[in-house]
Amino acid sequence: MSVIPTNPSPPSAPGTDVVKAKKGLYGDEDNYITHGKGILSWLLTIDHKRIGLMYMVCVLAAFFIGGIFAIALRTELIWPGQTLMPWAEANTNWKLYNQLFSVHGAVMVFMFIIPAIPAILGNFALPIMLGAKDVAFPRLNLLSWYCYVGGSLFFLWILTGGVVGTLFGLENMPWYFPKGIDTGWTFYTPYSTDTNTGVILATMGVFVLGFASILTGVNFIATIHMLRPRNMGWDRLPLMLWSLYATSVIQILATPVLAITMLLLLAERVLGIGVFDPAKGGDPVLYQHFFWFYSHPAVYIMILPAMGVISEVISVFSRKHIFGYSFIAASSLAIALFGFIVWGHHMFTSGQSPLLNSVFSLLTMSVAVPSAVKVFNWLATMYNGKIRLDTPMIYALGFIWLFTIGGLTGLPLAALSTDIHYHDTYFVVAHFHYVMVGSTLFGFLAGMYYWWPKMTGKMYNEKAGQIWAWMVFAGFNLTFFIQFIAGSLGAPRRYADYDPRFWKYHFISTLGSYVLMIGLFGVLYNWVSSWRSGKKAPANPWGANTLEWHTPSPPPHANFEDGHEPEGVPPYDYDGWDYVSEEEGYVRKEGYVYQGH
Amino acid sequence: MSHDHAHDEHAPHAVPLGFLALIFGVLMVLTFVTVGVTKFDFGYSMNLVVAMAIALVKALLVGLYFMHLRWDAPINGFILVASLLFVTLFISFALLDTGAYAPTQAAAALRGSTP
Amino acid sequence: MSTAHSDHDHPAHLAHHFETSAQQMESGKLGMWVFLATEILMFGGLFCAYAVYRANNPDVFLFAHRALDTTWGAINTAVLLASSFTMAWGVRAAQLGQKKLLIGLLIATLFGGAGFMLIKTVEYKAKWDHALFVGPSNAYYHDNGTLADPGEAAHSSEYIEKHGDTDGGHGGHGDDHGAGHGDAHAAGHGDSHAGDHGGDHGAQADAPAPAASKIAAPAAPPTGLHADLLTHKRPVLGAGESLSTGIGAIQASHKGSHYPAFTELDPLNTNRTHIFFQIYFAMTGLHGLHVLIGLGLISWICYRAGGPMTRALLVPGLFVSVGIYFVFVWWLVSANSGWFPTTALVAAVLCLIAGALWGAKNVALTKPNPDADSEFSPGYYTPVDCVGLYWHLVDLIWIFLFPLLYLIH
Ligand code: HEM
Ligand SMILES: [Cu+2]
Repeated sequence: MSVIPTNPSPPSAPGTDVVKAKKGLYGDEDNYITHGKGILSWLLTIDHKRIGLMYMVCVLAAFFIGGIFAIALRTELIWPGQTLMPWAEANTNWKLYNQLFSVHGAVMVFMFIIPAIPAILGNFALPIMLGAKDVAFPRLNLLSWYCYVGGSLFFLWILTGGVVGTLFGLENMPWYFPKGIDTGWTFYTPYSTDTNTGVILATMGVFVLGFASILTGVNFIATIHMLRPRNMGWDRLPLMLWSLYATSVIQILATPVLAITMLLLLAERVLGIGVFDPAKGGDPVLYQHFFWFYSHPAVYIMILPAMGVISEVISVFSRKHIFGYSFIAASSLAIALFGFIVWGHHMFTSGQSPLLNSVFSLLTMSVAVPSAVKVFNWLATMYNGKIRLDTPMIYALGFIWLFTIGGLTGLPLAALSTDIHYHDTYFVVAHFHYVMVGSTLFGFLAGMYYWWPKMTGKMYNEKAGQIWAWMVFAGFNLTFFIQFIAGSLGAPRRYADYDPRFWKYHFISTLGSYVLMIGLFGVLYNWVSSWRSGKKAPANPWGANTLEWHTPSPPPHANFEDGHEPEGVPPYDYDGWDYVSEEEGYVRKEGYVYQGH
Repeated sequence: MSHDHAHDEHAPHAVPLGFLALIFGVLMVLTFVTVGVTKFDFGYSMNLVVAMAIALVKALLVGLYFMHLRWDAPINGFILVASLLFVTLFISFALLDTGAYAPTQAAAALRGSTP
Repeated sequence: MSTAHSDHDHPAHLAHHFETSAQQMESGKLGMWVFLATEILMFGGLFCAYAVYRANNPDVFLFAHRALDTTWGAINTAVLLASSFTMAWGVRAAQLGQKKLLIGLLIATLFGGAGFMLIKTVEYKAKWDHALFVGPSNAYYHDNGTLADPGEAAHSSEYIEKHGDTDGGHGGHGDDHGAGHGDAHAAGHGDSHAGDHGGDHGAQADAPAPAASKIAAPAAPPTGLHADLLTHKRPVLGAGESLSTGIGAIQASHKGSHYPAFTELDPLNTNRTHIFFQIYFAMTGLHGLHVLIGLGLISWICYRAGGPMTRALLVPGLFVSVGIYFVFVWWLVSANSGWFPTTALVAAVLCLIAGALWGAKNVALTKPNPDADSEFSPGYYTPVDCVGLYWHLVDLIWIFLFPLLYLIH
């Protein structure tokens, strides 16, 4: 059996259920999901596809947890004054709010958005797109998943402590029973050295999660370098893989600095070494350098894989060769490298020197160039294409739209004078939600829908998928667009209460978040019902030409059928496929010869 | 498997023992030199430069010969150099910044003019 | 790997998803180098903290680094280089299929690493004895603008200045200086605090120090410094003040190998004196951790490279080695009071007994088994190579740590 999150409900009608349980979801088909039985065959697997699925279950759970916190945050803000715990002392309520946004941020960043695309879709698709049997280091891949789970446990620990502590009004708990965490996801010193919440556990959690990320990066780099098939030079590498490659480079070069930051912060908490703590002679601005040297590149860990998904989806659903292949590929690398020289734009108001402020401001604006290169190439790809508005494409179009808004609002933040006004207002909140949720989440959903038939072997309900997609899009914009306006008017972020004149903005935003939540639950329902009772997916429902569509859905344990030696093909040449209506999918033309491109 | 890398089935390149010993000898000598050179004073900054130059030569010897970079696929050396470049980037920006604000505080605090 | 899918013409060491041994080996090495890059970046963070504090507080570093023992540091560099050499030789032996030699060299490398850790222990012990340890157990520990115990700091300063002058690497420098200041301290502060200089270095963080004994009265300005750091307000740069003039002045004052005494430090920087030690312990501590991990990896390689006897003796041997290490620690600290010496002794005895019994059992039960031979051959030695790379990286980092920490002048 599989670890599908949808185990059949209690055995109400024994007769039918027995048959179902015997045949499972796949009858007696032999694929990677049915290839081994029992929970251990999953927990000890080194099959990259299964590890991708295990990541999927955990990462979606993290998304769910982070989402609960988001809804709680928005609910607190629906009216001015105390909303969540009206019965409690005001201070308790405000402290609860600080914990909510801290856990929300940390869980979403470290447990959801960073692993989402590389660890789920990348793990599943990358080796197959290379025609390989597995990633270069399958055991490390499994270790990565265990690191992810281990690191996440620290956050569950903190979270439990926070819930229990708040409900029972506990104060000054020991480090192993922390009352949540209230530093924000950035753990700025000196606040993080002074607070009595769970900084120690959180830094350990982030450290371990960092290992998960690094191991994925090491694996992807070695795999892309060493396991490409015959006839696949770098110029035939699908753009998804180019962006995963660029992502891995960032994971390798940035994550270790996060690790040492967390170790130093841990030493600061446990031993009081004082490197970052001004009371002990340390330098809190240096902490911010450390933190953002990782965390700005990390926003590109989040966005680049999404851009890779979009490059695939836009081309496939326009039925046109991608426009500007080499520009898109090169801009991925450029973004990865540029991402390392702009971190100071998070520190314009921290006391960073005027010299570095101006240098970082200038460099930050230059990142907009490779981002724009991608957007224009996607638009040019769609131009004159035969566009199909299937669910993945709707998300992809949403991505382009929302990423453009998110990216463009980065520019006033990058300009020194305007940032003084916008910094720490809802304008920043709106900016980064447009790029992280509007872009990365949309890219993730596009990719999930796009590879869903391949991963599960089932088609989803297309109509429902589209309806939910529009709902997610509407809910998202309702929630966050208005925050640009509130922020421009000066509404500060990270406050549990606010001036009543901001009430209508917060109210609309909160309503939007409920719409968004319903939309996302709809998506989940769409997936679950597809897996349980969807139609069997054809090998190639979209007519795409990257190698994962050259093998059955779901793929066999060894990725390709025996005797099939995959070779590199031009990934965006769609002429070799014919739509066959009995198959409800595409079938390769007999004897089609690739011309190159 | 890709073909823009050379994967010819060559026998492993074993570094001659005498050569390894020679490198080891040079490394030891350089260790003595770096300690001995502290007897001479070239000024605070120059002393640091000299010490780092010697360390760099030692690092090069270890990297090229003990770690086989001299004979390895160039990508491995490239990874090493790239990681050093990024460390340099990090350190130099941080230095530039703290260098620009730290003495400011110190000077102002000395005047007793802190707010 | 599933047996169902591995081709039968694959050699045993070749994983199912690789086509050739060469491809597998190159992948392994590439992966290892990528991993080493992450190690470099991680240490890079510590080097950054070092650079920032040294650049902005050069006289603190000039003063405080004299607590370190150049002789031991240099010896340790040599030890680590030697173990790097035996490791490189070991890789050569693996490439040439010299199985016995490989095991011998790996064990030699293990001894090198262990020697390094022993010497490190001696050095750390000296810091502990002179209240120069990590965290609040450092005599210069500042919290909210005050030294925990100025008397203790004076003792430590005396030690540092004397020690720096007699230490091998710096022999002959600043004799005129250090001695003079050492005496001044002894007279001015040392005596009056002999009474309250107890065994506990750590816990007095909050105790306000008597005002009269403040060394060089650092209190007022640093408080101002903290205040504006905390509120994120920065004083404006006065005309003509800049980084370069500050550093220039410091450089000028240190021409001629002059090491500042603690009392000569810029009062603004005295609160950062302990940070030199914190960084020293962070850097050497993390490096030491890597040495330990390296020792573990080499043992693992040694196990895989060995025949039945090596395999039978290796783990018990490790226990015995750890036991010997604890005997050494016990010997080092036996003069101290408290729980530590006893604990070290108990640990030593337990490890020695366990190792001896286990070893005896293994030797008694081991039969010559032709199958349990070395896993490595000229066709497959990637793990030896990769562990070698790791070990060399540990060496590389030390090559930089040594001059940066021990040889400041
Ligand atoms: C396209 C170019 C981009 C530019 C020019 C840009 C610029 C900026 C600037 C200047 C800030 C600091 C604002 C402040 O705190 O006052 C900021 C914050 C932020 N940006 Fe961007 N950004 C860009 C793209 C992205 C992307 C792609 C992501 C993520 C996927 C992202 C995520 C964030 C986050 C999370 C923050 C806030 C962090 C915090 O303070 O908690 N940005 N951005
Ligand atoms: Cu940023």
